[in-house]
Amino acid sequence: AGAVAGRAQAATGELEPNSFEDIASYNNYYEFGTGKNDPAANAGALDTSDWKIEIDGMVDRPGSYSLNDLTEGLTEEERIYRFRCVEAWSMVVPWNGFELADLLAKAGVQEGARYVAFETVVQPENMPGVKRNVIPFPYVEGLRLDEALHPLTLMATGIYGKPMPNQNGAPIRLVVPWKYGFKSIKSIVRISLVTDEPPTTWNKLNAREYGFYSNVNPQVSHPRWSQASERVIGGGLFAKRQDTLMFNGYEEDVAALYDGMDLAKNY
Amino acid sequence: MIDALNTTLRKVPAWITYLVAPLPAAFWLWQGATGASGPEPIKALEHSLGEFALQLLIAGLAITPLRKWAGLNLLKFRRAVGVVAFFYVLLHFLTWLVLDMSLLWGQLLGDIVKRPYITIGFIGFVLLIPLAVTSNTLSVRRLGARWRKLHKLVYPAVLLGGLHWVWLAKGWQAEPLFYMGAILGILALRVIPKPRKRAVTA
Repeated sequence: AGAVAGRAQAATGELEPNSFEDIASYNNYYEFGTGKNDPAANAGALDTSDWKIEIDGMVDRPGSYSLNDLTEGLTEEERIYRFRCVEAWSMVVPWNGFELADLLAKAGVQEGARYVAFETVVQPENMPGVKRNVIPFPYVEGLRLDEALHPLTLMATGIYGKPMPNQNGAPIRLVVPWKYGFKSIKSIVRISLVTDEPPTTWNKLNAREYGFYSNVNPQVSHPRWSQASERVIGGGLFAKRQDTLMFNGYEEDVAALYDGMDLAKNY
Repeated sequence: MIDALNTTLRKVPAWITYLVAPLPAAFWLWQGATGASGPEPIKALEHSLGEFALQLLIAGLAITPLRKWAGLNLLKFRRAVGVVAFFYVLLHFLTWLVLDMSLLWGQLLGDIVKRPYITIGFIGFVLLIPLAVTSNTLSVRRLGARWRKLHKLVYPAVLLGGLHWVWLAKGWQAEPLFYMGAILGILALRVIPKPRKRAVTA
């Protein structure tokens, strides 16, 4: 596992991270509104005190864990990852966090578990987007178990060494750098180990446009826009578009997960 | 009240519209250049220009019903509002073409043909071109009755513009739907016959 992570680190060595301000002011977090600056404007109301994560399903040690319980003994590291939104924009984010695999090891994944399902907190009184029901809540996402256990898959608790800003998914969120950003679910309150592919929010809303896998793939267009190139956030008025990389540049690390799969069909 | 407003408006020359028109665009460009519109100034500019263009198209279409139903006479501003609306659609299109798409011809031509929301936005823009070209007094005179017919193209154009926004949004978002409702409402007002004035009794 260390070797793979090491390689990924090396590959991201030349990446120039976005500023903290960029990362914390341009967000999709529909619970706080659909505009890009709505989350930064509204997420101050998110209550992250006494945060609990329910771990259930096919695990040896199910239960309601506090953030401290979960992260205790795990090695926190900085991972500088490309972040590619399905809307064809991208950033580079220096996350702080630990591997999801280590967290799952704490809970003890049972034989037979094949998928991991995640759920975002719902605080209607603090979330204007939830009150307006812009999409169905709670927001849910999922990964295949091998994707979840991959050493690149991170549970992030901070950015630039600072605690995770609320608008970025405080206090703890998923980061799957080779998938479109909406897979990297924010403000997680539940993690379930299950046997069947779990429902995921955007897939339920529009399966033709948002697949369960949603791996970054410049060859497979979103039905309404091309995914061949992306606009890099923070480049100013005259920044050129940049070519999108297969698996967002992590092809060497993750392509093997999808050996033999038709990626145009399993988009 | 309306009469007083009409009297005041009679004193305001229509060319004022052209003087004021570039100010929002200049403001948004300045915001983009200074970082005041956030870390993605291109999308912000593109969106502001497109939304304002739609507002101007709706405003232009509101002039006739406002006169018919409220007695407010803004008729002399209608041409200027229409011309300015066209220029904002053009600026919106150019921002997409040059700043957003970096003139990647292969990808952007493909997008115009294959992406329905881009296709209909582009068609809406193309429909407005003959209207902008014939917005001068000479054309109005030369074309006569055909001018009125030609300028009915603004109806499909504004519908396509509204749909363009509804379609590009992720999920059903409130703002584009609100505009679509406004467009449908304002077009419906043209179909409804004006109520007969009742005889005023003392």
